[in-house]
Amino acid sequence: MTTISKKLASNTSGISFKSLSMANDSMKNVLLPLIGVACFLVIWAIAASNIQTSLGQFPGPSHVMEQFGTLYQEHVAERDKATSFYERQEKRNAERVAKDPNYQPKTRAYTGKETFIDQIFTSLTTVLSGFILAAIVAIPLGIAIGLSKSLNTAINPIIQIFKPVSPLAWLPLVTMVVSAVYTTSDPMFAKSFIVSLVTVTLCCLWPMVINTSVGVSSINADWVNVSKVLSLPSWVHIRRIVLPAAVPSIFVGMRMSIGIAWMVLIAAEMLAQNPGLGKFVWDEFQNGSSQSLSRIMAAVIVIGLIGFLLDRSMLSLQRILSWDKDSAKR
Amino acid sequence: MLTKKLSKFNKSICSAVLIGCSAITSLTAQALGYPEKEELKFGFIKLTDMAPIAIAYEKGFFEDEGLYVTIEAQANWKVLLDGVIDGRLDGAHMLAGQPIAASIGYGTSAEIITPFSMDLNGNGITVSNEIWKQMKVNIPKQADGKPVHPIKADALKPVVEKYADQGKPFNMGMVFPVSTHNYELRYWLAAGGIHPGYYAPHKGDTSGQLDAEVLLSVTPPPQMPATLEAGTIYGYCVGEPWNQQAVFKGIGVPVVIDYEIWKDNPEKVFGISKTFAEKYPNTTIRLTRALIRAAKWLDENNNANRPEAVKILSQSNYVGADYDVIANSMTGTFEYEKGDKRAVPDFNVFFRYNATYPYYSDAIWYLTQMRRWGQIHEDKPDSWYKDVAEQVYRPDIYKKAAKSLIDDKLMTKEDFVTVFDEDGYRNPQTHFIDGIVYDGTKPNEYINKFSIGLKSGTTL
Repeated sequence: MTTISKKLASNTSGISFKSLSMANDSMKNVLLPLIGVACFLVIWAIAASNIQTSLGQFPGPSHVMEQFGTLYQEHVAERDKATSFYERQEKRNAERVAKDPNYQPKTRAYTGKETFIDQIFTSLTTVLSGFILAAIVAIPLGIAIGLSKSLNTAINPIIQIFKPVSPLAWLPLVTMVVSAVYTTSDPMFAKSFIVSLVTVTLCCLWPMVINTSVGVSSINADWVNVSKVLSLPSWVHIRRIVLPAAVPSIFVGMRMSIGIAWMVLIAAEMLAQNPGLGKFVWDEFQNGSSQSLSRIMAAVIVIGLIGFLLDRSMLSLQRILSWDKDSAKR
Repeated sequence: MLTKKLSKFNKSICSAVLIGCSAITSLTAQALGYPEKEELKFGFIKLTDMAPIAIAYEKGFFEDEGLYVTIEAQANWKVLLDGVIDGRLDGAHMLAGQPIAASIGYGTSAEIITPFSMDLNGNGITVSNEIWKQMKVNIPKQADGKPVHPIKADALKPVVEKYADQGKPFNMGMVFPVSTHNYELRYWLAAGGIHPGYYAPHKGDTSGQLDAEVLLSVTPPPQMPATLEAGTIYGYCVGEPWNQQAVFKGIGVPVVIDYEIWKDNPEKVFGISKTFAEKYPNTTIRLTRALIRAAKWLDENNNANRPEAVKILSQSNYVGADYDVIANSMTGTFEYEKGDKRAVPDFNVFFRYNATYPYYSDAIWYLTQMRRWGQIHEDKPDSWYKDVAEQVYRPDIYKKAAKSLIDDKLMTKEDFVTVFDEDGYRNPQTHFIDGIVYDGTKPNEYINKFSIGLKSGTTL
C-alpha cells in the first residue's frame, strides 16, 4: 500500500503538498477498505472450498452472490402470485355479492409465504419500533436519574441487575405475558410482532438510561451555576442547559442500544419463530437442503450490512443534532 | 353484549333464510353454507406427509371453499399442539396420538378432534453407519448380496447387548412421547426382543425409560439427522424426508420402514379443537372438503401428480429439503443403504384404501399402545377405548364433507365406495412384523397378546 501511494506521489510531483496529502487520505479511505474486503473474499473462498459439511461444500462468495439473485427472483415470483391472489379474491367476492347482496366483501391480505425481502422489512420495522419505544422510556428516565442523586441511588441497583440479562431469558416471560395480556379479537398488531418488540425494548433500554444519566449528571458545573444565577425554571433548564450538554452521551447510549437491539431481535426471531430474518435463518437450517447454507450466509451478510447501516444512520443523526461535532466522528 | 348477540342471531336468521331461498333455486350447490370464519392459520411440521395441506393451498382447494389459509411451519410438536389449544392456530397437521392423548389428559389436556386422517405409512427407522456395520453381519442376504427385508430388531439385539456389556447407554430418538414414531420404534424393538422401557405417569415418571434396554428420547423431526451426526443418538424413527436425508448426507442407513412394521398403518391426522368445530361447523366441513380433494389429487392416476407435489414440497416454506431427497420416497421408491433403492409404491398413501377416513379402530390402536407402554397406567374396559375413539375421531364430519363433495360434483361416488356404510372399525388387521393380529373391537384381548409390554391387570 505504501509503495503504491509513493509511486502515485512521485507521479504527481507537480501538485502542492497539501492537496497531495488530501488525495492520499481519501485514497486511503477508499482503497484500504477495498483491499481489506478483497483479502477477506479470497480467504473466504479458499476456506469455503476446504470445508465439507453434510449439506455439501461450505458456500463461497460466488455461491452467495448467486443466492442473492435467486432470493430476488423468488420475491418477484411471490409478488406475481400475490397479484393473482387478489384478482381471484375480487372475483370471488363479486360472485358472492351477486348471490348474497347482504354480504360485505372484505379484502384479505395475501396468505402466501414471506420472501427474504419481506423478512428484511419485517425485521427492520420491529427493530426500529422497539428501539423508538425504548428511547421514549429511557431518555426521560435517564434525565430524571441524572438530575436527582437520590433517584439515581434508588434505581441504580435495578438497572445494574437487569442490564446484563440475556434477551433469551426474557423471551419466554414476554411470550407468556403478551399472550395473556394482549387479547383482542381483531388485533392491530400480530402477537409475534409485540413479543419481538417488547424483547428488543427490554434489552436496549439500559445502555440509553445509563448513558443519558451519566451525561446529565456530568454537566459542566459552570453551566448549571449560570442557570441557577438566571433562576431558570426547571423545564427551561432541561431544554436549554441539560439536553444540549447531554446530547453526545445520549447518542453514545443510543448507538450502543441500536446495536444491541439488532442482535437481540435476530436471536429472538430465531428462538420464538417470529417473522423476520432470524426466522429465515432458522427455517433454512431446518430445511437442510443443498441451498440452505448459502441462503443462511446471504442472510448473515444482510444482517451485518443492516446492523452497520443502523449504526451509521444513528451517527449521522448525532451529527445533525449535536453541537459537539467532534464526538460524532468515531 | 346482549344486543351484539341479538344482532348475531338476526344475522344468522338472515343467512339461514338466504341459504334456504337459494337452496330452493339450486338445490345442491347451496346445501352447505358459507364458512363462518374465512381467515385461517394452519400449522405443520416439516415432513412430507403435510402434503395435503400444501396441495390444498397451492391448488386453490382452500380458496374454492372461500377459505383464506396461511400455512406456518412450527418448531416442534409441542408448540404446534399448544398453538391449536390456545387458538393461535386454527388447525394443524398432527401426530395421530396427539388429539387422543390430549383428550385423555396425557400430557397437555384439551379437547381436540379430527375429521380427517392425513395419510398411511411414511415413516422409517434409521441407524448410524457405525451401528449398521455391526447390525449387517446378523442379517441374512438375498441372492444379489443385498440384505433380506424386512429387517427385524433381532439383528440389532446383539449390538444393544454389546453396548450394555460395555456399560454404554444405547440412545435412540423419536419425535414425541405420543407419536406414531414412538410406538412404531417400540413395536419394532419389542418384536425383536429389545425392551424399550415403560412410562409410569402416576409416579411422575414420564421419561419412558423404566426397565429400558434402549433409551428413547425426543428430538424434533428436522433436527434428527443433525443429532444422529453429532452422536447423541445411534438411531431414530421419523417421517420423511429425514430418513432419506440421512442417506443423502451419508450419515446413516434406514433399516426398516413402517410399511414393513405394520402395512398401511394410519399416520398423521388433521387436528382442530372441539370448540372450533362447534363454533364454525361450515368452516370445519369446508376445510375437510379441501383436504379430501388435495389427498385425492396426490394419489390420482397412480401417483401421476407426485413429481409436481414434490416440487411444491421442496419450496423453502414447506418441507424445504432438496427435490431429490423428497422425491426418493414420495414417488414410490425408498432408498435403504446407499444404492439399495427398492420399489415401495405405497410408501406414502394419501387417498387409496380410505386413507383419509378417520377410523375408530385406528384411534384404538394408539390407545392400546399407550396402555402397553404404561402411558395409560391402569386397566380400562373395552367400552372406554370405544368411547375415547368416538370422542376424538369424527367420521360424521368426514361423511358430511364427502357427501357434499359428491353433491357439488367435485368428486364422485366411486371415490368413496365403502365410506357411507363404514362402521368405523377396520377388519382385523394381519400385516404386522410380528404376525400378531389386531382387532379394534377387542383392545384388551390385543394388549394381552404381546410378550413385552404391560398386560391386563398389571400396573407398575
